Amino acid sequence: MTSFAKSMLLATTLTLGLAGAAAAQEAENPLPPMEHWAFSGPFGTYDTAQLQRGYQVYRQVCSNCHAAKFLSFRNLAEAGGPQFSDSQVKALAATFKVQDGPDDSGNMYDRPGRPSDPFPSPFANEQAARAANGGAYPPDMSTLAKARSFERGGLWFLLEPFSQYQNEGPDYIHALLNGYKDDPPAGVKIPDGKYYNEYFPGHAISMPPPLSDGLVDYSDGSPKTTAQYSKDVAAYLQWMAEPKLDQRKQTGFKAVIFLAVFAGLLFVLKHRIWAGVKDASGTASAGSMPLTDPKPRA
Amino acid sequence: MSGASTYVPKNPVLRWFESRLPVVGLVHSSFVVFPNPRNLNYFWTFGGILAFMLVCQIVTGVVLAMHYTPEATLAFASVEHIMRDVNYGWMLRYIHANGASMFFIAVYVHIARGMYYGSYKAPREVLWILGLIIFLLMMATAFMGYVLPWGQMSFWGAKVITSLFSAIPVVGDAITVWLWGGYSVGNATLNRFFSLHYLMPFMIAGVVVLHIWALHVPGSNNPVGVEVKSKKDTLPFHPYFTVKDGLALSVFMVFFAYFVFFIPNYLGHSDNYIEANPLVTPAHIVPEWYFLPYYAMLRAVPSKLGGVCALFGSILILAFMPWLDTSRIRSSNFRPIYRAFLFVFFADVFVLGYCGSQEPQGAIVLVSQVATAWYFIHLLLITPAMGFFETPRQLPASITEAVLGPRMAGGSGAFAAARTAASPSVDG
Ligand code: HEC
Ligand code: HEM
Repeated sequence: MTSFAKSMLLATTLTLGLAGAAAAQEAENPLPPMEHWAFSGPFGTYDTAQLQRGYQVYRQVCSNCHAAKFLSFRNLAEAGGPQFSDSQVKALAATFKVQDGPDDSGNMYDRPGRPSDPFPSPFANEQAARAANGGAYPPDMSTLAKARSFERGGLWFLLEPFSQYQNEGPDYIHALLNGYKDDPPAGVKIPDGKYYNEYFPGHAISMPPPLSDGLVDYSDGSPKTTAQYSKDVAAYLQWMAEPKLDQRKQTGFKAVIFLAVFAGLLFVLKHRIWAGVKDASGTASAGSMPLTDPKPRA
Repeated sequence: MSGASTYVPKNPVLRWFESRLPVVGLVHSSFVVFPNPRNLNYFWTFGGILAFMLVCQIVTGVVLAMHYTPEATLAFASVEHIMRDVNYGWMLRYIHANGASMFFIAVYVHIARGMYYGSYKAPREVLWILGLIIFLLMMATAFMGYVLPWGQMSFWGAKVITSLFSAIPVVGDAITVWLWGGYSVGNATLNRFFSLHYLMPFMIAGVVVLHIWALHVPGSNNPVGVEVKSKKDTLPFHPYFTVKDGLALSVFMVFFAYFVFFIPNYLGHSDNYIEANPLVTPAHIVPEWYFLPYYAMLRAVPSKLGGVCALFGSILILAFMPWLDTSRIRSSNFRPIYRAFLFVFFADVFVLGYCGSQEPQGAIVLVSQVATAWYFIHLLLITPAMGFFETPRQLPASITEAVLGPRMAGGSGAFAAARTAASPSVDG
């Protein structure tokens, strides 16, 4: 959302007197801040360079624990995504080990990944994943950005259809990745193997802070900071969850414009046909002739 | 649809066919020359919108079913497959999912229109009850459809709603197990829900035919609620109402498209993007928005059986509207007090909807109890009483008079006569 839209929204909320409700919630669990995302609003599209950086963070960090079973390597080359070239996708698929088989002698074997393969899971099964993560299961990332939400409280939900605010997921993920605190507030006990996070429900999360400054090497000159990584990877997660967003909005513009023009033509036609015929309002339709007794064309 | 058609097609082939099966004449008499009151307002266009939505759901649904797998371990993945790999699959699914919501928006407007203009009164009681049967079938269809993507809300919503049957004394638990096809919601449940979800829309289509048939016997009610008295009161369906319905439908479709293409998940729940997991209960289980008022009533009553009775009773009671409403005046435009109460009733349903979306604690519980009580008080006490206490405003003598004014319609003698004829039970 643009900052203009943001301030408009804020102003509207204040006038509606809803800020109180939002603030009341804040005391308990702070609301993730509204970030500016390239893909938000009716005209928003994914930022290809950001998705490529996001992929890098995902690959080097998150994919060590989180699976993304509904995505295949080939998706990385598709329009409206990170749009790596075919040869880049081939190369990056080959950096994954994929199990195949059985071969002629009945054995399973590992081979480098191909573009048509789905992303392999980092763990053999859920139990293995839990065992490696202090009993917690790192959720699959394919739909994660659409599977997290929060309520701003009050009557905000009535404004969202107009602002087209749809970014609860990426806002939450971004906030979560930046929400670790070394020292929990006084009186809060965090069990061993868990970490204090401001935004996680209940605050004790089993995921160790995954990001730190300088962790991933960007080649396009973007800052190598947690702030930047977290934004890029949250955008990438949004793309994984909603890969057809660009196509959806483009098609949407065509559909809405077509339908609106069609409705406009029907509006004119309706007034032509009803001209001179008084209807429910008791007044003759626009463009009417002087009123005579209407003759229904039966 | 009423009476034999005298229609003779011009085309010789059609004429040959028509003399053997007069189906063209049926369409001609029902949708071309059919006389509609000339004063219908835009609230009367929602019937056509509903017919469109039914066709839309069936068409997108049948194509979705070509790619969907009704099996507990594969259902969620097959929906993701539709969203990612099927050409325009995301569009089909978003149209179908939002289409269900649009269907309900339209049906609620349609029902509210009927209540406001007294369309359920004689001679349209059967028409009204057929409409309620369609509404019930729609609710069942949408509920089962929501289970199909097999997300967390699908699973837990199904669990909560099917468990309601266990409140029935003695046989409740047996019925629940029978519905589930096992001892919990599982693969068997998903399979039968898919089968029924496919079947029910076609049952709806059948009842819709009866509904339109029952409509075409007395004809449409209208905003003044005075029956058609002469040909002057009507206009032929085509072109007047085809173009008016078409205009309303295309505006509605702009609204629909806005949801599908720009905020497709606004009306959904984020938990449904998490695959169903019988071991993890979501923090808040909420149904789709169109069930929220009923959900609030269910939870407002402290006993489970009582809640279930309130839930089903709230809909069943509507079937008795033609007899609960004792006034002879149809349109609320001429019933100032009833009209005020009716607006309070509509507001009450919105309040219930809001309560249904919130955690049942603190003030919400009290508010939903009061709102539930008011729902029944309105229908069972206020509505019948109003016919005896209220003095309605003067009705126009005819539709033409209402539209053109008494002068054009031919004098005030007819005015007074019709007024007494239309409202014998109240002082004129
Ligand atoms: C060391 C393993 C590990 C790595 C690396 C990791 N995660 Fe996690 N993640 C977890 C675990 C374990 C959980 C489950 C936490 C819980 O339920 O307490 C989790 C949960 C999450 C959640 C869900 C929180 C919720 O609301 O339920 C998000 C979002 C997330 N991780 C994002 C990321 C991102 C983005 C990255 C890469 C930058 C990442 N994770 C890297 C282990 C990991
Ligand atoms: C009365 C008309 C109908 C209504 C109100 C309706 C409603 C719904 C709803 C609410 C969903 C869940 C959507 C989601 O959240 O993903 C759904 C899913 C589905 N429906 Fe329907 N439906 C109707 C007709 C049909 C018909 C005729 C078919 C044909 C087989 C069909 C096939 C499906 C399939 C395969 C799914 C699962 C895919 C998905 O979740 O998107 N539906 N339906």
